[in-house]
Amino acid sequence: MPHGSAAAVDYQKTVFPYRRSPDQDTAGPARHPVVVVGAGPVGLALAIDLALQQVPVVLLDNDDRLSSGSRAICFAKRTLEIFDRLGCGEAMMAKGVSWNLGKVFFRDEQLYQFNLQPESGHERPAFINLQQYYVEGFLAERAAQLPLIDLRWKNAVTAIEQHADHAVLTVDTPDGPYRLSAAHVAACDGSKSALRRLLGQESHGRSFRDRFLIADVKMKADFPSERWFWFDPPFHPNQSVLLHKQPDDVWRIDFQLGWDADPEVEKRPENIVPRVRTMLAHTAMKDAEFELEWASVYTFACLRMDSFRHGRVLFAGDSAHGVSPFGARGANSGVQDAENLAWKLAAVFHGRAGDALLASYGPEREAAADENIRNSTRATDFITPKSEVSRLFRDATLELAKDHAFARTLVNSGRLSVPATLHGSALNTPDLDHFEGRLVPGAPCADAPIVVVDGRPAWLLRQLPSGSFSALLFDGPGTAATAAMLQDAAGDIAPLQVLRVVTLGAPGVPALPGVRDLVDAEGLLTQRFDGAPGTLVLLRPDQHVCARWRAPAAAAVKAALKRALALH
Amino acid sequence: MTLITQPHFEAADDFYEALIDAHRDLPADQSHALNAKLVLLLANHVGDTQTLHEALAAARASTLKTNAATAA
Repeated sequence: MPHGSAAAVDYQKTVFPYRRSPDQDTAGPARHPVVVVGAGPVGLALAIDLALQQVPVVLLDNDDRLSSGSRAICFAKRTLEIFDRLGCGEAMMAKGVSWNLGKVFFRDEQLYQFNLQPESGHERPAFINLQQYYVEGFLAERAAQLPLIDLRWKNAVTAIEQHADHAVLTVDTPDGPYRLSAAHVAACDGSKSALRRLLGQESHGRSFRDRFLIADVKMKADFPSERWFWFDPPFHPNQSVLLHKQPDDVWRIDFQLGWDADPEVEKRPENIVPRVRTMLAHTAMKDAEFELEWASVYTFACLRMDSFRHGRVLFAGDSAHGVSPFGARGANSGVQDAENLAWKLAAVFHGRAGDALLASYGPEREAAADENIRNSTRATDFITPKSEVSRLFRDATLELAKDHAFARTLVNSGRLSVPATLHGSALNTPDLDHFEGRLVPGAPCADAPIVVVDGRPAWLLRQLPSGSFSALLFDGPGTAATAAMLQDAAGDIAPLQVLRVVTLGAPGVPALPGVRDLVDAEGLLTQRFDGAPGTLVLLRPDQHVCARWRAPAAAAVKAALKRALALH
Repeated sequence: MTLITQPHFEAADDFYEALIDAHRDLPADQSHALNAKLVLLLANHVGDTQTLHEALAAARASTLKTNAATAA
């Protein structure tokens, strides 16, 4: 149970010092290519990604501390893969509690369990649980290693002026206000986004008339790392309860309270402790001693801005969209927003793409937000039925689920975060050839175990560099010519890393100049991509598939790269 | 239209009797629960999305039409 972290940093108490910037003493506003507003998980991930792609970035935060309370705790596989690329995935994994299994209970019986990662051959688990302050702390430490990031604490944006090719921000500091000019501004400033308000924008959607209590309790309990969800449990009748394990012996318990609950009353420890004690009395943890770590009463809404881009300002994370917490789709989708935005801002900064590429950010991530909102709204409607007939069908489903497998597919305690496949994105090149499997144009690249050339076992996703397109070329007759063609086709369009996939035990294939070989040790890479010999899969810098061919030709590859950069 | 609305029962009267019989001695709330379960069981049996949507639309249209006629 104890986690072997070295010198434990108390991220909740860490104060990041305000430092005066030279920009506060310039005559006119200092000009920067990108200013990111908000140093939460989304803003930090974006700033790190930009810096790794050689884009200097100013990151502003109105506070000098990390997340107060554990808040977001479930970080999904895709988010961990992004953190790996950003260089801080290992720290998250080492501290986090990994889990794949969920159990669903109705009244006092277990209805069923589900495994979110039923197949092997992935480096990362379906989820880790980790308090948001650790995630922010590890990201902040990574950001501090990158000289291209200028992180300014206690810098609050109070005004914005939009111009044709830049925006001017007014920023308040302990030393008073100053002005700052940016070619692009990323608004990662959370659900109460100051930038959204300053631009007169709103998110639209549905609010839910229900209240939930989060109680994080610290206790020693030998219990599996699983997500446990109860509908109508005997210890909390007519409502739902969710239990999750976090690092440091902290357990997250979510109690549905109903709309009439008084948040001020429910937040009092003398009211929370008996709820927890009643719950524990119904489990194997009944004698556990616990102390209350953090509590919060919340309501939620599923909503988004109509457009994630307004002039020079791009919205990412909670500033752009909000979901109910069932499904862990808030912070996870925000980090995916950041990844989508980072390579596009970098391509524009380096002169490889124009405004049309940035224009694709909105539609791609708005569609992803719609998918997250749809899933989270459906889960919320199931968990908290709002009409008599909705409750009737909900309970009928749960009662049938005990005996009938089909009904378990309808039970919805949260459809947990998976990355959106960008179906229909203008950056995708539609298939002309036939392919099997899930890795269609727009899909995020699946991981697979491989062996690199010196015989070391490794993972596919670790071979895909930040800021570069990657070509997965499945070895076959003519591969050498295709590899040379690819390097020539990419030419001055964009950086392209060519990876040749060779099968285990294939007779020694001669090395190709500028090409890295990946040995498909277990055959999973070939299987997941339907990679018949000669197949080429083109991946964007954010690891989404953008084109694939059975017999690639130079003109088609060039056209696909240009399309992926919105160069038409 | 994939939803069959022409006669399709093997034995219509037998089914109807069995349906009413299934509700015998049940208070209204349990009858509602039974109906809901019946809908879910049959919906899974049908499976086909379009057929299910047509059935939902037909049931709703019939209900709204009946209510409009009553109100008139």
